[in-house]
Amino acid sequence: MAESPLPSSPAPDWGSHLAQTLAPQRWLGPVAMLGPSGLWLFLLLVIPTLLILEISLVPGLRLGQPAGGYGLGNYLQILEPVYLRVMGRSLAFALGSTLLCLGLGFPVAYWLALMSPKPWRNLLVVAFILPLWTSSLLRAYAWTTILRPSGVLNTLFGVLGLPSQTWLNTPTAVLIGLAYSFLPYMVLILYASLEKLDTRLLEAAADLGANPQQRFWKITVPQTLPGIAAGCLLVFIAALGDFVVPTLLGGASSMNISRLIYNQFLGPTRAWGFGSALSMVLILAVSLAIALLLKYGDRSTVTETSQ
Amino acid sequence: MAQTVYSTTPAPATEGSVDVELRGVVKHFDDEPAVQGLDLRIYQGEFFSILGPSGCGKTTTLRLIAGFETPTEGEVLIQGVNMGRIPAHRRPVNTVFQSYALFDHMTVRDNIAFGLKIKRLPANQVRERVLDALRLVRMEGFADRMPNQLSGGQKQRVALARALVNRPAVMLLDEPLGALDLKLRKQMQVELSTLHRQLGITFILVTHDQEEALSLSDRIAVMNAGRIDQIGTPSDIYDRPTTPFVADFIGDTNLLHGHLEGSDGTVLRVVTPSGLKVLVQQHPEIPPEPHPVVVSVRPEKIRLSADFPTADNCYHGQISHVMYLGTHIHCGVRLSSGETLTVLLANRGQALPDLDTPMYAYWAAEDVRLLSAELPLPVSAGNP
Repeated sequence: MAESPLPSSPAPDWGSHLAQTLAPQRWLGPVAMLGPSGLWLFLLLVIPTLLILEISLVPGLRLGQPAGGYGLGNYLQILEPVYLRVMGRSLAFALGSTLLCLGLGFPVAYWLALMSPKPWRNLLVVAFILPLWTSSLLRAYAWTTILRPSGVLNTLFGVLGLPSQTWLNTPTAVLIGLAYSFLPYMVLILYASLEKLDTRLLEAAADLGANPQQRFWKITVPQTLPGIAAGCLLVFIAALGDFVVPTLLGGASSMNISRLIYNQFLGPTRAWGFGSALSMVLILAVSLAIALLLKYGDRSTVTETSQ
Repeated sequence: MAQTVYSTTPAPATEGSVDVELRGVVKHFDDEPAVQGLDLRIYQGEFFSILGPSGCGKTTTLRLIAGFETPTEGEVLIQGVNMGRIPAHRRPVNTVFQSYALFDHMTVRDNIAFGLKIKRLPANQVRERVLDALRLVRMEGFADRMPNQLSGGQKQRVALARALVNRPAVMLLDEPLGALDLKLRKQMQVELSTLHRQLGITFILVTHDQEEALSLSDRIAVMNAGRIDQIGTPSDIYDRPTTPFVADFIGDTNLLHGHLEGSDGTVLRVVTPSGLKVLVQQHPEIPPEPHPVVVSVRPEKIRLSADFPTADNCYHGQISHVMYLGTHIHCGVRLSSGETLTVLLANRGQALPDLDTPMYAYWAAEDVRLLSAELPLPVSAGNP
């Protein structure tokens, strides 16, 4: 369709503008490309989420019992101290494992990106993500054999003459398991970010008198901050909603939000209303973290890594 | 007018205290030699250029002085102190990088203040000196910009300010104007020269641009394949080159390979394989015994005439090309013996010579430079 020769005409012809917008050649392509996945998302994500939202607004809803009217009772229940403790614990697990991953992952990523022998670099990176190719359930089970009372760790303690410790079913075990599970993601994202670091800037900083520590804190860290933010948020999101590790390694004392949700739906109480409210809170928290990730994280490293 | 904190000593004489000294410096990268035995003394306050084609080792030399590379052999001394165990961040030099290497997560002000903050100068002094440096490079209005909001020339100025604000003993400039367009480059050359005179500190400039080196430097070292071919003033380098490489690399020249046949009193006689006889003024450095030599004749020293002229060297030929360059006319003359000479005529409004016109090309014996052919001429550096 030919464009109007006078784009700044004082009286725009709305009719032809509308016709142009509605012309099949304008929308047919995008609809054909986005339609199938859009329908998929609508049926399997949007509608279920709205259903959860609806159920969460029916206080005291239990499977097999008549439902009452709408209200915020389920959400108020979350504010009871016992459940607030669960929320706090979930947050602590997520934060703790994020910090552990950052602390353990940064040196590894730095070495891989800037110091490892170049011909081996790709192979070393692949070696590092190898654990991701096995099931997370399997990896969590592996940790139970390491951490159980007569497990690998305590055997090692015995050899070294140290007293046996209780590892399994403690918060420490959950932190170890979560950090182990998500460390490869952190390393990959930091690696992608550090690999792009312009080392000439480090030379320039050295030239201006900065010693190695100053170069690290004033150049390397600020330059890779988007990668650090992306890695932390990604690990945080994954750890916050993780179910397998706290269930297998945490025991009764390590109840977190995802286990609590599981119990509401499949446990003896069948409190679907309360479970739905908890789910909404988790969805909200994760959405918030994703929003932060999109705003502050280095999106290119995230997409590169998740490919 | 605010008093500038920089000393305004005039450009000093070349002889004085030595600021930078290289002693037998050799640098290999994975057994590839980059620099092969450099001996060099750069004096306090000098504008010293290291000139050479890409890959000649000039940037490596600068990086050895800055401390980004350690010599495989030999020593680097700055103000008499051996830099062997002194890392880059503790050397009294500052570098302006070819890529500018500005910190893109900091404002212009913070970039320039970086070195001073590292030295833990009081905040008010930092502020003052940053302002002074900004004023010096005429970037006062850009203090709060981010580097990616600046043009190439502006980035260059910030990079300069970031280095000189630290008042280093020696400023190292690694092809600082390489990324700028011609007009801006000329302008920045003038500013570099002015800055050097204002600051009175030693400037070491690495460049492949011979015009830049000639116009800015007190002295030039011409590097070729990891070695220094010649060190001298711009006129030494241009008018009295000591190797065929230097003669060819600096400016245009006609190189005629031949054999020194003998001497006629004050004049030496050189014969090319094609039979061309060239008379050259006696040269103290070249022994008069017969041996292979190279004769260098600058295009602007050759004159053309339709009639037979009286000159030491006079050859008959035909015009093979004519290029009008505005200030000059660039001609080729194909000699009867086969060689083609490049001739540069000043444009005085004369008519352009026609192609294939018979002409005499002539020059005086003292306008020729005789060079020893011992040092082979690299193939890549041939005549255009």
